Parts: sequence; structure tokens; C-alpha cells
Amino acid sequence: MRLSKIFKNSLLILTACLILSACATKKEVATTDSIKGQMQGDVYTGTDTVEYLAEGVPDRVFFATNESILTTASRETLRAQAAWLRKNPSINVVLEGHADERGTREYNLALGERRANAAKDYLMTYGVSSDRITVLSYGKERPVDSGSNPLAWSKNRRSVTVKAN
Amino acid sequence: MIKKIISIFLILIPINAFALIEVDITRGNLNPLPLAVSPLSIDETSKKEFEKILKKQNIGSEISLIVENNLKTSGLFNPLDKKAFLQAPDIANLKPRFEDWNLIKAQALITGKVNYIDSKLRVEFRLWDVLAAKEMMALAFTTVPTNWRRVGHIISDKVYERLTGEKGYFDTRIIYVSEEGPKTQRIKKLAIMDQDGENNTFLTLGNELVLTPRFNPASQMVTYLSYFKNMPRVYLLDIETGTQEVVGDFPGMTFAPRFSPDGKKIIMSFAKDGKSDIYTMDLENRIVEKITNHPSIDTSPSYSPDGKYITFNSDRSGYQQIYVMKNDGSDVKRISFGNGLYGTPVWSPRGDLIAFTKLHKGKFYIGVMRTDGSGERLLTENYYQEAPSWSPNGRVLIFYRETKTNSKGEGFSAKLWSIDLTGYNERQIKTPTDASDPSWSSLLSN
Repeated sequence: MRLSKIFKNSLLILTACLILSACATKKEVATTDSIKGQMQGDVYTGTDTVEYLAEGVPDRVFFATNESILTTASRETLRAQAAWLRKNPSINVVLEGHADERGTREYNLALGERRANAAKDYLMTYGVSSDRITVLSYGKERPVDSGSNPLAWSKNRRSVTVKAN
Repeated sequence: MIKKIISIFLILIPINAFALIEVDITRGNLNPLPLAVSPLSIDETSKKEFEKILKKQNIGSEISLIVENNLKTSGLFNPLDKKAFLQAPDIANLKPRFEDWNLIKAQALITGKVNYIDSKLRVEFRLWDVLAAKEMMALAFTTVPTNWRRVGHIISDKVYERLTGEKGYFDTRIIYVSEEGPKTQRIKKLAIMDQDGENNTFLTLGNELVLTPRFNPASQMVTYLSYFKNMPRVYLLDIETGTQEVVGDFPGMTFAPRFSPDGKKIIMSFAKDGKSDIYTMDLENRIVEKITNHPSIDTSPSYSPDGKYITFNSDRSGYQQIYVMKNDGSDVKRISFGNGLYGTPVWSPRGDLIAFTKLHKGKFYIGVMRTDGSGERLLTENYYQEAPSWSPNGRVLIFYRETKTNSKGEGFSAKLWSIDLTGYNERQIKTPTDASDPSWSSLLSN
């Protein structure tokens, strides 16, 4: 009887803790004003670092932490790149895959390669021949933003399409 | 980059005493053993000759300083202040007045002398048990004068081994990546230095990105990742001749290289089509074997010291975790089950532990666990640190740590640190530039 009461109490405390910590996380995200409007989830949606291969053809796509899944926006960017590459058959590209600094070096090299390959697969689906595409991972070695904060990290998790010739 | 081998290594008097002093090595620096390192005595003629050759005023004192510094940084010994020493170095080496050394609470005493003989450096040293009033060890070395630092390290190793019962780790080198420039365009070079940070030399010029150098445990060869011609590939480098070659002929990025314990194979990852698998290449017959075959990222492989098992990290469970398998890739078992992500497993040279990097709730930890994943112990927590490498005796871990930048992206630095297996005695290792990816060599002499 007594035991179960103690158990109940501790469970209550545990629940309270969980609620509190959830609140704390939410608050942290909400107060970081600079992130507002530039990230969806933790995927970068801004244009600060984006360059253009041609008018209306952004050169890069962004990823969520530890992910290599292409977002709707990324797929749109890659379709634009594929269309441009089909129109310019003499141009080859290097897809440079990158990770943020919050991971071990070797795993991040593999993750960068995986991200660049996700972009490559999509370009191929839209008619770009694989022999025009080289994949190169930089892991976390070449960040565009040297900040140690969620927004900087989101800009750094990217695959960039670079003209090879 | 020429390794000069101690030309003559002569044992004067064989070890015959029993271990009288006991150093408790399970507790790190809680109770370091007080000992006195009396400067090695030197006669005037020898002193002048060495001053000419080595530009050091008193080479005897310099060698003693190396010994003192090594023993101190191990955290197991407390070298006493020389100002308190009552007996002159030359007399102490002949016959210590144990009462004098007892008075300053020294439990062990190191004495010795240095001579210039036939253009060579001859060093003799003795280790004394002060309480038992007995000689524990006496050794002499003859070598080329430029090897004087190594003599200091070898003496340190002998003393360490005699007093702790374990091999030392002082006559060793660290290979690492030197870093300079802004975070977005870091220039990285391979660099090598003695374990105590001295004799730093750069091995590459910084024209291409280089990462993760690792020593061959059986020789002074190194394997590392280079972005030469923008093609990230595993290379093999002979640090004595400077010759290097690509390891294998892979149609894509190879990375995360390490040697097998016998030094005959390189184990590494090869990334293709978004998946990374583990491969080995035999350096003699060039035969390449695929060890893992999984759509996930399998990387950071490290052999057990007997070569029968491999530990690695994989995200096959959805997140980066540590696994152990047999050396042919069979019998894969996940061993990390704590909260967070686990990476960079490295098997201890003693065989009983695996060191790792752990990422949990925005913090990075260096820790150790048994090879079945039990007994996890986190040694140090920080904003960012990773890539532990074991000292050859499995006693100390070296790793690198990066600082958080401010909102403008300023204030970045990367430094090498070491920590005792017990979690005590955390120290920064001085490097002329920022530094990362350290790898510890085997003992240069035995």
C-alpha cells in the first residue's frame, strides 16, 4: 500500500519533470528570433548562402540533422537543376555533400556522401546521366557559416551542385 | 624526419631487486608518489663538448628535466622541488645519503651521470628505493648526442615500468593534424611530435585537406585521408622516407583508415551510392576484402589487439551506435545501448576496453566500455571533443577538443588533450598551431 503510494508520487514527479523539460525546449526555440522564418523544423529555408547556377536555379539543398531525405523545397530545386542540365548537355557537375559540426568526423564524411547521393539520385530520375555527375563529400570540413548555433548548422547541412567544367 | 636509433643499448647491471615501492595505478593522481629526480651529473669537459654540439648549457640537467616532466604529467608521480635537495648530484649517484632524501619525503630517487665519450653521449642512471635504502635499477645508454631527448624518455619509461609494473609510454610520438585559418577554410597539415610536444615537424604543406592520420602499431608508417586532386582517398605514408601511395583502387571516397595490429593490413571505409562499408586491404598481396555489406553507414573500424575482432560504428539501427564483429564480418553485435549517439570506437591495446565518443543532449563525451558494452564510464564532457587514441600501454587517451564560437562565429579553436583512464589528470598538450585527430605511436624502443 505504502510502496505503491511512493511509486505513484515518484511517477507524478517524473511526469512533472517531463512536462517542464518539454516547456523549456519549446521556449528556447521560440526566443531565438533570428531563426524564425529561416528554418522549417531544423532544415534551412533561407537564401543567405544560396548561389545560382542560372536564373531561378539555386545551387544547393538543405537537410535535417543526421538526415539525407530531400524536402519538398529541395526536390523543387533539384528539378530546376535537372532541367537546366538537360538544356546544357556539355556541363558536368560535382555534388558536394556537407555535414554540420555536431558529429564525429568520419561519420560526417559518410553522411556528406549520402546527402550528395540523394541529390544525385534525384537528378538522375529527372534525366541527368550519372556520368555527368561526380559526388564529393567534405563531411564537416567546409562549413559556410562558422557559427556554433542551430541556424549556422542548418546552413552547413547541404549538398551543393558545382559546375565541373 | 629520420628516426635515429639508439646505437648501443647496453645494460650495465641487471635488474635484481624486488619491487619495494608500490604505486597505486588504479587511482590516477589522487596520491602521486613523491620522488626526487637529481640532475644527472656531468664533468666539465663533457659539459663543454655537449654545449658545442647541442647548444645546451648543461645537458645533464636537461635530460633530468625531461624525466621529471614525463613522470609528473603521468599523474602517478610527484617530483619534488630540486631546491630542497641536500646532496650534490655527483655524490648522490655514487651513494645516496638516504636519510637526506628521506627527510624531504622522497620515496624514490633517480640519479645518474652524463659523459662525452668518442663523440657519443653516454648516460648512466640509477633508481633508488629511499625507504629500503636500496638500488632498484641501474642502466647505461650510449648514443649519438642528438638523441638526448630520447634518452630522457627511455629513462622515464624504465622508471615508470619499474615502479608501476606496466610498460611506459614516453618514448613515443604523436601524429596529428595541424590546423590554421578561418573555420570555413581551414588549412590542415600532417604534423608529428614527441609525446611531450617537442620536436614538432610538419609532414605536408597544407595544399590539400588531410585528415585522420594513424600510426602503424608495428612500424613508423602512417595511414591517413588526403583530398589530393579533390579525390578523398586513403594514403600510406612512410614518415622516414616521405614516400606515399594511394591505398587500393576504389571508384570513390575511401576514409577512416587504421592498421591491423600486425601492421599488415589497412582497414577502412569505402563510400559508394550513399552507403559506406568496411573493407580491408592486405599491404603485401594487395588483396581487398569487403567486410561489411549493409545499406547503412559503417565506419571508424578498429581491430582488437589479437586481430580477431573489429569494432566499428554504424547507423543500421537508425542512429550511430557501436558494434563488434569477427574479423571476417560475421557475428555482428551492437554493444552501445546507452542514451545518445556513439562513435569512433577504438580498441584498447590491453584488449579489455573500447574507448569511444558519445553525443548526448548537445554534449560530447569521451568514454570507455568493456568490449561487450557493459561498464560504460564517461571520462570527460565538453561542447565538442572526439577521436580518442590510446597510449601504447592502454593507460592514457589522447583526443581533440573544439571550442564553441560566439554569435559572430569567432573564438574557434581546436586543441589536443589527454586524460588518464581513471578520468583524472586531464591535460592540454601544447602544439604550435591548432590541432586535431591525434594518433599515438607504439614505443619506439622496447
